[in-house]
Amino acid sequence: MTIDVTFLKSIPYFSVMNAVELDAIKPSFSEKTIQRGEVILMEGELSDTLFFVAAGAVKIFKTSAQGKEQILSIARPGEALNDIPIFDGGTNPINAQAMGPVILYSIKKERLQSILQQYPNVALNTNKVLAQRMRQLVTLVEDLSFRHVLGRVTKILLTHAGDAVGTSDHLTQQEMAAMAGTAREVVARSLKALEEQGFIRLERHRIVIADKKSLEDIVADSG
Amino acid sequence: MVEMPEINQEKCNQCGLCISVCTCSAIVLEAKKVTIIETEDCHWCTNCEAVCPTGALTCSFDIIVEE
Repeated sequence: MTIDVTFLKSIPYFSVMNAVELDAIKPSFSEKTIQRGEVILMEGELSDTLFFVAAGAVKIFKTSAQGKEQILSIARPGEALNDIPIFDGGTNPINAQAMGPVILYSIKKERLQSILQQYPNVALNTNKVLAQRMRQLVTLVEDLSFRHVLGRVTKILLTHAGDAVGTSDHLTQQEMAAMAGTAREVVARSLKALEEQGFIRLERHRIVIADKKSLEDIVADSG
Repeated sequence: MVEMPEINQEKCNQCGLCISVCTCSAIVLEAKKVTIIETEDCHWCTNCEAVCPTGALTCSFDIIVEE
């Protein structure tokens, strides 16, 4: 197990630290490998350790009493999973599940707090990260409240699109529905509608965006 | 290797609904276990995912922008 200092530098929390400082905090981290589908965090639990995604993708979601899932975000390398309970001392407000093989870096809450006291620039960066998280959640509320379903599905396609060399996310229609706050059938109908207009192509195992500009127009007009 | 829908055996309750809707006979019951056979005939209709009551069967999409 080797903690990669270059990767630590890419974590927004620690991006202001120089090589010597990163080497000094490196022993505070542990690495953990998670299998696909494994639940990393559960709502209602207390956290004494902060987790960062080092590789892979982690689904951050809420579940209703009826079992309905709402995906809040997909955490990627560099992102923290549970900074809310680490900083407010409360219980974990979300669930986190590995979408594929995942490598996590973890640091104990007490150790993180001493780093924040020792390096004020890291504390300032942490504020920035939390503000970005707040902005992301405000945007999600806006999308779910004001944007129509076709616009939400289209925005998901644009947000999660990659290039043909395997940098895209792998999403099921059920996961897209859990992001868009709708039913799987509605996502299937929306994709079909976009395909009929020639904006996307539904191929085996992939959705090809054929007319990005038209999709962007749908998103712009849907809010 | 042909990409195929994936099945999580821990979630699967062997109800067989996926087998009944698969149009290319790619899903079979073998030794009381739902198994997916690799075939180019699977055109990713996602019917198996749609009918799965436990969410055990998944058909994921790569989302790419055409060059």
